Amino acid sequence: MAVANVSAHDVSNHDHHDHEHKDNFITKYIFSTDHKMIAKQYLISGMFWAFIGGLLSVLFRLQLGFPEMDLSFLRPILGGWIDASGKLDPNFYLALVTMHGTIMVFFVLTAGLSGTFSNFLIPLQIGARDMASGFMNMLSYWFFFVSGVIMFASLFLEKGPAAGGWVVYPPLSALEQAIPGSGMGMTLWLIAMTFFIASSLLGGINYITTVINLRTRGMSFSRLPLTIWAFFLTAVIGLLSFPVLFSAALLLVFDRSFGTSFYLSDIYIGGEALPNTGGSAVLYQHLFWFLGHPEVYIVLLPALGITSEIIATNSRKPIFGYKAMIISMLGITILSFVVWAHHMFVSGLNPFLGSIFMFLTLIIAVPSAVKVFNYLTTLWRGNLRFTPGMLFSIGLVSFFISGGLTGIFLGNSAIDIQLHDTYFVVAHFHLVMGSASFFGMMAGVYHWFPKMFGRMMDEKLGHVHFWLTFVGVYMVFFPMHYIGIAGFPRRYYSWTNFSFSDMYTDLNMFVSVAAIITFFAQFIFVFNFFYSMYKGRKASANPWQSNTLEWTTPIHPGHGNWPGEIPAVYRWPYDYSKPGAKEDFIPQTVPLSATPESNLPHENKLVQLEKEIMAEEGDVLVANESKES
Amino acid sequence: MYGLLISIGVILLILVIWMVYRIQTLISVAKGSDKKIATTSNKVNAFLMMFFLIGCGVLMFWYSIKEFDNYQLPIASEHGLVTDKLFWITMAVTGFIFILTHILLFWFSYHYQYSEDRRASYYPDNNKLEIIWTLVPAVVLTVLVVSGWKAWSDITAPAPEEAHVVEIMGYQFAWDVRYGGMDNTLGDYDYRLTNATNSRGIDFTDKNSFDDFPSQNVVIPKGEPVLFKIRARDVLHSVFAPHMRLKMDAVPGMPTRFWFVPNKTTEEMRAELGDEEFEYEIACTEVCGNGHFSMRKVIRVVEPDEYRAWVAEQTPFIKSNPDLIADLPADLKELAEIYINEE
Repeated sequence: MAVANVSAHDVSNHDHHDHEHKDNFITKYIFSTDHKMIAKQYLISGMFWAFIGGLLSVLFRLQLGFPEMDLSFLRPILGGWIDASGKLDPNFYLALVTMHGTIMVFFVLTAGLSGTFSNFLIPLQIGARDMASGFMNMLSYWFFFVSGVIMFASLFLEKGPAAGGWVVYPPLSALEQAIPGSGMGMTLWLIAMTFFIASSLLGGINYITTVINLRTRGMSFSRLPLTIWAFFLTAVIGLLSFPVLFSAALLLVFDRSFGTSFYLSDIYIGGEALPNTGGSAVLYQHLFWFLGHPEVYIVLLPALGITSEIIATNSRKPIFGYKAMIISMLGITILSFVVWAHHMFVSGLNPFLGSIFMFLTLIIAVPSAVKVFNYLTTLWRGNLRFTPGMLFSIGLVSFFISGGLTGIFLGNSAIDIQLHDTYFVVAHFHLVMGSASFFGMMAGVYHWFPKMFGRMMDEKLGHVHFWLTFVGVYMVFFPMHYIGIAGFPRRYYSWTNFSFSDMYTDLNMFVSVAAIITFFAQFIFVFNFFYSMYKGRKASANPWQSNTLEWTTPIHPGHGNWPGEIPAVYRWPYDYSKPGAKEDFIPQTVPLSATPESNLPHENKLVQLEKEIMAEEGDVLVANESKES
Repeated sequence: MYGLLISIGVILLILVIWMVYRIQTLISVAKGSDKKIATTSNKVNAFLMMFFLIGCGVLMFWYSIKEFDNYQLPIASEHGLVTDKLFWITMAVTGFIFILTHILLFWFSYHYQYSEDRRASYYPDNNKLEIIWTLVPAVVLTVLVVSGWKAWSDITAPAPEEAHVVEIMGYQFAWDVRYGGMDNTLGDYDYRLTNATNSRGIDFTDKNSFDDFPSQNVVIPKGEPVLFKIRARDVLHSVFAPHMRLKMDAVPGMPTRFWFVPNKTTEEMRAELGDEEFEYEIACTEVCGNGHFSMRKVIRVVEPDEYRAWVAEQTPFIKSNPDLIADLPADLKELAEIYINEE
C-alpha cells in the first residue's frame, strides 16, 4: 500500500500533460510500458491471429463439407498445397487443423484474452498506476510478438508447418520421415512455443505481483471484482503449468535433434529400425496434458470473470453468491491440476489410473455447475440491459452449459472409450472452451471499449454480430455431436473410406456453410471496432453505470491512470439496486458513511471503523504533504 | 466480366448498407434515443432470446428423433451394451439439465428485460441455495461415476485365459493382423528384426511363432472372449472398432490390449440392418500422417465352429515363406520343419 501512495505523489506532483508529451511514437505505441497500451497491443495481435486461425478453419471446412469441390481458386494463396486436380493435399489438411488449434488455443484465447484483459483491467480495477513491472510487461508482449512471427513464418515453409495435431504427440512430431511437417515446421513450432511460454510467465508473474501488492486503500481481496479474481487465479495456473509444457518441449527437442530417447522406442520407419529404445510416448502425453488441461481453465477463467462482471452490471444486480463464485474458481484452479489424464483414458494408461482420474474429473464439474446456477440466479429478477457485452455474456453461459454437460460423458472413462477422438470431443471443447472463451473476449471488448478508446461501439451492429455469431456457433458445433455419436473420427481428411462413416455429407456441408457464414459475420465486428475507434460516439465517463474503479478514471486515462490521488475503496463492487439507494448503483469509491439510507445492518457497524481509518489516513496525507513542502 | 459486375454489385450493396447505417445513427442521435436504455432494440433482443430457445429447441428435438437410427450405431459387443446404456442414462440426466437451464436462461432474459419503472431485487447470496446446488450435482455425479467405474473396471480387467488372441499392429498406413495359431500363443517380436519379408518383426527363434499366421481380415468368433494385442511399428495409432465400442491406442514400444466379447456375427448384423454389404470395420483414431483417414481393416465375426475351421485352414508364416527360418540354429530349424511338413 505504501508503494501505491508514494507513486501517487510522484505523479500528482508534476503536471500530467507534460508527462504525456514526453512520449514519442516509439515509446507510446511500440515499446510502451503502459499497461493500457500493452493490452491494446495484445488485443490487436489477438484479432490478427483470430483472423488467421478462423481462415484456416474455413479452408479445412471446405474440404470436409465439399469434398468434391475444385479448390483451384485457392492456388494463388496455397500454391502447391492444391494438387493438379484441385484437391487439398492431405498433409496440408493436417497442418491446417494443427495450426488452427495452436493459434486459437495459445495465440487467441490465451494471449489475446488473458493478455488483453489482465493487462488492461488489473491496474484499473484494483486502483494501481500500472503493473508491478512495466518493463517486464513490455517484454512479455514482445516475446509473444516474436513467438507470433516465428509461428507465422512456419506457415510459409515449403514442407509446411507442424502437422501432428496441436498436441504434437511424438513419435509423429519427432520424426520427419513420418510427416513432412515434423521437419522445419515442427522446429519452428517448438521455438515459437518457447518464446510464448516465456511471454506467459513474464505476464503471469506480473499479474500475480500486481494483484497482491498494488491494490489501493480499502481494496481487500474480499472486495476485488470477480474479473480480478479470475485473472489472478489464471495467472497462478499458468505460472505452475506452462513450465511443464516447456519441459515437455525441451525433451522433444532433445529427441528430435540430439538423439535421445525420452519419447521414442522400438520404431521401424522408412525401411530402417531406429536405434532409440526405452523411451515412452505416453510420458509426453502426461507432460503435455499437465499443461494442456489447466490450459483449458487458463482460457476459460478470464472469460468467466469478465462475464461475471458484465452480467452483474447489466442485470443491475449483485452477482449472486460472490463468495461461492470465488470458492468455485479456487476449486477449479486446484482441481485443474489433477485431472489431466482424462485425455488419456485409451492411451494405454494403467486402467487403475484411469479410474482415479475419472473420479477427480467429475468432481471438477461441481464448481462449474455452481457457477452456472449462480449466473442464472443473477439474471433472475434483474433488470436486464442487452448491451452487446451482456448478450455475449449470456451466450457464454449457454455455451458453458452445453459444452460442460458433454464433458460429463467424456470424463466417464467407460463412455469415453467410444467417444474419444471423435467429433463428439470436437463439439465438446469447441463449445465449452473455444466458443465460451471467445464470447467472453467479445463481451469484454464491447464492454471495455469505451475505456480503451473513449468512444462507444455501435450497439446495433453489436447486436447483429452477436446473433449471427451465436446462432452460427450452435449451427457449427451442435451437429458435430450427432456426427461424433456416429463415431466419426477427428482429423480425418475424408470419411468415405469407411462404410460406418460414409454418410452425413449433408450435415457436414451444413456445418461448413454455417462456419463460413459465422467467419464472415466477424467482419461486422472488425468494421465496428475500427470505425468506432475513430468515429464512434464519444463515451461518457461511466457509460454502463458500473461500480468498479476503472470508470472513475478520466475518459482518456493517461499514463498513471488517475490524474490525482488514487481513489480509495469502501465497499464491494456489486452494490447494484441496493434498497434505499437513490441510484441503482453505488460505485466502490462511495464511503459507507455517505450512504446511511442504503446500508445493511452489518455495514452500519463498519461505518464507525471506516471513519477512524479515514481520519488516520488523512493525518498521514497531511504529514506527507508538510514533509515535501 | 461477370467478376466485375459482381464486385460492382457487392460494392453498391455495401454502400447502401453503409448509408442506412449512417442515417440510422443520425436519427437516433437526433431523437435522443441513444441515451435511453429501454429501447426497442432491448425489447427485440429479449424477444429473440425466446425465439432462439423455441426455434433451436424444436430443431434439436426434430433432428435428434428423425436421425436416431443414423447416428446410433448398432452394437456388436457385450460391453458395448453396458457403455451405451451408460451413455443414454447420462444423456437423460444431462439432457434434462440442459433443457432446464436453457429454459431458465432465456426465460429470465426475456422476462426480466429492462423496464424503467422496476428495480432489480438486491439478492446477493443465499447459502442454503448454494449448498443445495453443490450437493445435488455432487450426488448425481457420484452415481454416474460409480456406475461408469464399475463398467470400466470390468472392461479393463485382465482377459480370460481362454480368450482368442489377435495381434493388431499399426503402421503408416495400415494394420497387420497376426494370430497365435493352434496354440493361441503369439511368438515374440523385436522391431529390429523387421524387414521386407518379416513386416511384423517376428522372432522365429521363439517356438511359439512357428504356427503364427497372418490374415487379411480380423476374424473372430461370436460369443467368446477375444483379446486384441495392440502395438505400433512407427508412430501412434489407435484401434477403433465403432460397432464393438472398442478403442485403444497403438504405441510403439509399449504393447496395449483390449478384450471383449462380440455378440453378433457379421451375417446376423447384415440381416438385422438389411444391408448385404455390411462389414465391421477398424479405423485409426490417433493422427498418424497423411494416410490417417484410410487405415481400414475389416472385422469378420463368425460362429465359433466356423472360426475353428477357419483357424485350422490358415497357413503359418514359415510355411508360406520357408526362408524365414533359413538362419535358425539346426535344432530349432528341425522343429520348425515339422510344423511346415505337417498337414
